[in-house]
Amino acid sequence: MTEPALEVRGLRKSFGAIVASDDVSLDLRGGEVHALIGPNGAGKSTLIAQIAGALRPDAGSVRLAGRDVTGLGTAARARLGLARTFQVSALAMELTVLQNVVLGVAGRAGGAWRFRGAALRDPALVRPAREALARVGLTGEATSVVADLSHGQRRRLELAVALALKPRCFVMDEPLAGLGADGSAEMTALLAGLKAQAPILLVEHDMDAVFALADRISVLVYGRIISTGPPDAIRADAAVREAYLGDAS
Amino acid sequence: MRRETIVNAALALGLLAFPLWAHWAGEPFYITLATRAAILALAGVGLNLALGTGGLVSLGHAAFFGLGGYAMGVLAWHAQMYTPMQVFGMTVPGTKSMPVIWLVAMSGGALLAALIGALSLRSSGVYFIMLTLAFGQMVYYFAISWPAYGGEDGLSIYLRNGFPGLNTLDPLQFFALTYAVLMAVIWGMARLRASPFGLALAAARQSPARVQAVGIGVFPLRLAAFVLSGAVTALAGALFADLNRFVSPSMLSWHTSGELIVIVVLGGVARLYGPVAGAVLLVTLEHVLGGVSDYWQIFLGLGLLAVVLFARGGLIGALAGRAVAHD
Repeated sequence: MTEPALEVRGLRKSFGAIVASDDVSLDLRGGEVHALIGPNGAGKSTLIAQIAGALRPDAGSVRLAGRDVTGLGTAARARLGLARTFQVSALAMELTVLQNVVLGVAGRAGGAWRFRGAALRDPALVRPAREALARVGLTGEATSVVADLSHGQRRRLELAVALALKPRCFVMDEPLAGLGADGSAEMTALLAGLKAQAPILLVEHDMDAVFALADRISVLVYGRIISTGPPDAIRADAAVREAYLGDAS
Repeated sequence: MRRETIVNAALALGLLAFPLWAHWAGEPFYITLATRAAILALAGVGLNLALGTGGLVSLGHAAFFGLGGYAMGVLAWHAQMYTPMQVFGMTVPGTKSMPVIWLVAMSGGALLAALIGALSLRSSGVYFIMLTLAFGQMVYYFAISWPAYGGEDGLSIYLRNGFPGLNTLDPLQFFALTYAVLMAVIWGMARLRASPFGLALAAARQSPARVQAVGIGVFPLRLAAFVLSGAVTALAGALFADLNRFVSPSMLSWHTSGELIVIVVLGGVARLYGPVAGAVLLVTLEHVLGGVSDYWQIFLGLGLLAVVLFARGGLIGALAGRAVAHD
């Protein structure tokens, strides 16, 4: 059996009396989309922050392709192949689309410590960046300043930067947030194509997208994973329906 | 050609043409004025890397400026007194050679910036401003209370230091030297800004989370920028002291830090030639308004207010429009 791309074991984090992550364990296997769903306040963002390295857990471990990264920061985890996208787009707004993606390529290559030679004239940086832009359909916007992009274009740019990292796994925090119906369908199709590249841990509120994309779903309620399984099993799970899906579907 | 390129070229040529005209017209005072502007611009270029590109508002850059000044003062003083220095048990002679002084000033500036940066960059925003101010003032009071090199009175140097092949006592030749240094540093800055390092530094100002997420640590990035920034500002300090043949703790005071920020903001934050525009404007206002009224700084304040309120890109922004992504 191969190592899971991402393995979370016994993660625990509390803020005062509030337990945001209560003994959370999950894994992400090669080629799958593993969706993480749960009502607001369930602790999804806290969990993502601990997986990405922005927040240190009180207990438990995070392993990336078999390697324990619990003690490493965000940047080190990114270099080891964890590509994160943000719920609220985190992009360099005054830079161009291409510059943002080139930054991703440079980061992957450990190339931020090059003080000479223009980044945008280096084919080793620009070519992979353009390929990533083509994948998300932003080739025409390469020279636009990010601040001038639409919301939907920014969401896709986030994906392009993540792609530029050539990651072992994607950790995506609500990539469909704020997109209209057309945008959501487009993004869902894009994500479906990405999982062949690297598995995706997907936090998402859009249940249509979740059930269309996910190979497995974990349900987080009050910091605990109450159920993990294939979409059909989750849909049928009585506890999940009570806690989260309500009377839907 | 981009509008900003044209504005930059006009500034560079103007700053070169003015002292040439003054020389031709037999007005050496104006050559000195232009030299002063070029040196302040150099200090601003140093600060602009941290403040503009990096978004690190340092209110302590006088420490580096003054340290450069004292590097010149101390080395030249030992040379003119024929008394060697004792450094870590070694006997080192003073020097009147500018290249050596510059090297010492830049190394010292880089070291001090590494120390101050390593401690201050753990914080951000207004706390960063206050920490840099505090460290700057520490250096200032240290210089005042250290009697060996003049304390509050400062140090006077009889003769300007020398540069191989030049007569630095000739105002025009000294101007040419400072101008060449300024242009060389700006050229280096242009390359640095376009490099992957510069790209990452600018991105870290706009979204630190983004930079971390692509595997680049923000703290070492900012520290490196702060160190480079300190070194350039220290170089400017050495030249400034050489221009005046005098160095005193006033170079280290927080007023100086504020003046450097004013230069950068007036000219255009994060614009390559912003500090040049700012320094030329400041020195011109100082001279023109200073002749009209003793309270000329009131007008400077009004001008600064106007820039902050109406022209966020400073003078360069007003002339060249919004910053265009460079390659």
